[in-house]
Amino acid sequence: MELEFLIEKTALVLVLFVLTLTIAAYSTWAERKVAAWLQDRVGPNRAGPFGLLQPLADGGKMFFKEEIIPSGANKYLFIAGPSLALLVSFLGTAVIPFGQNIEIFGRVVPLQVTDINVGILYIFGVVSLGVYGIMIGGWASNNKYSLMGAIRGASQNISYEIAMGLSIIALLMVTNTLSFKEIAAQQHGWHWNVLYQPLGFLIFLICAFAETNRVPFDLPECETELIGGYQTEYSAFKMGAYMFAEYINMFVSSVVMAVLYFGGYNYPGMDAVNQALGPTWSPLIGVGVMFFKIIAFIFFFMWVRWTVPRFRYDQLMDLGWKVLIPLAIANIVITAIVIVGFDLFNKL
Amino acid sequence: MEEYSQISAFGKVLIFLIMGIVFVMLAFITNKIIAPNKPNPEKNSSYECGEEVIGSSWIQFNSRFYVIALIFLLFDVEMVFIFPWATVFSDANLIAQDQRWGWLSFTEMLIFISILLLGLVYVWRKKDLDWIKPVLKLPTVDTKIPLSAYQAINEEKYQPGLKNKQLENSPIVQENNIETENIKPKFVPRFKKS
Repeated sequence: MELEFLIEKTALVLVLFVLTLTIAAYSTWAERKVAAWLQDRVGPNRAGPFGLLQPLADGGKMFFKEEIIPSGANKYLFIAGPSLALLVSFLGTAVIPFGQNIEIFGRVVPLQVTDINVGILYIFGVVSLGVYGIMIGGWASNNKYSLMGAIRGASQNISYEIAMGLSIIALLMVTNTLSFKEIAAQQHGWHWNVLYQPLGFLIFLICAFAETNRVPFDLPECETELIGGYQTEYSAFKMGAYMFAEYINMFVSSVVMAVLYFGGYNYPGMDAVNQALGPTWSPLIGVGVMFFKIIAFIFFFMWVRWTVPRFRYDQLMDLGWKVLIPLAIANIVITAIVIVGFDLFNKL
Repeated sequence: MEEYSQISAFGKVLIFLIMGIVFVMLAFITNKIIAPNKPNPEKNSSYECGEEVIGSSWIQFNSRFYVIALIFLLFDVEMVFIFPWATVFSDANLIAQDQRWGWLSFTEMLIFISILLLGLVYVWRKKDLDWIKPVLKLPTVDTKIPLSAYQAINEEKYQPGLKNKQLENSPIVQENNIETENIKPKFVPRFKKS
């Protein structure tokens, strides 16, 4: 039985890996299509129908390109940077519940690799490790642009991490648990956390943009002034690793937002569906709902990219330290007052 | 079937980690095998917009980034202290045991957060959060022409020549009160008749 269990988990991990990679690859396609659509162009349309084979062609190309390691660079750290960035971006999906427990051939299989009881702290830790990938890679390149991009990236990520953590704390006061599974289960039906924590969600959303280095917070890699920032010197698969890491991070943060604030696999009227379809098919609908939410968030990421211009560096830091952190602290205090107030109200 | 396995929750993370490492290594090795490898000194030099590389880039950088990292460390540690509080703050069992639990934990955290805020205010007042703003520098030009001449040209208002009587009487022109009589067009194109 132990072996069976191991196989089940390994299969789930493999599925998750393939899924993450596919979504990341097709995010690049979707990004170009969405950009084209917003700018009234056609976008990629040569490789396959609607250009659907484009990501495969791009991915394949990366493997066939020459690896260049600059002579001035620190060779080991130069390789360690992108591998760390890619590896760490994968780890985030381990604790995400993608659906309710599903019954396959009489076995109840949880659609979650592992339910760590401190899941939120785990995600938080793993996401903040991502900054090492940027910092190590940018520093090891021995290139001025890369160094600037790396320092900017590190500084930006740590600044927005505080506001992100504080907004999560307000959420934890509502949920009382750090486990993703329980948080998802609590939001049964339409009791989504975004209804209780609208300000917290807004802060989290802004910080998610900053943590994933997406426009308008793409200062570490802005093409126009830093020529790619920390990835200037990278070529072939190493550059692809950074790019994949960015898109996987986008996927992970979309997933986290969907689970923490938008109910994950829950949707209004799910009880009726559960009763009608039974334990094998109804979780699959939940998974579909979850992925609908994730894709909506990914689309939102792309939409913002073509709507908002990039911040200046002092504006970015001011927004992080002087607006978001005080707002997040105010959000905590307001949430605490409301909870204590309700408590008092119930006793009267 | 409940999870009776001996693999703990973090053991599964280890499976995840191992598979991640295997995947990344496979990808790198594949790239190493199928990609061409023809290095030359030009190709291996650092990119500096096509210029010759000047010095190393491992130099001192703006210490402001370091200050931000220091402040971050303090705030992050304080945040870690709030996390456990947040999970037990509105715990129904604890409230049921003692009625005063909610108020006690609330006041405690209010004091803690006010200390946190005090730190933020201190850093803010000390201008450690401020970044050097770009200073607008007016370019100076070494010419004999006085600046006032440029200013006169810049401030002069040009009016398009309105020759057409119909346009002059149109409601748009009258609404906008454009003085068409006093201002003569500055530039009138002339066409030679052959």
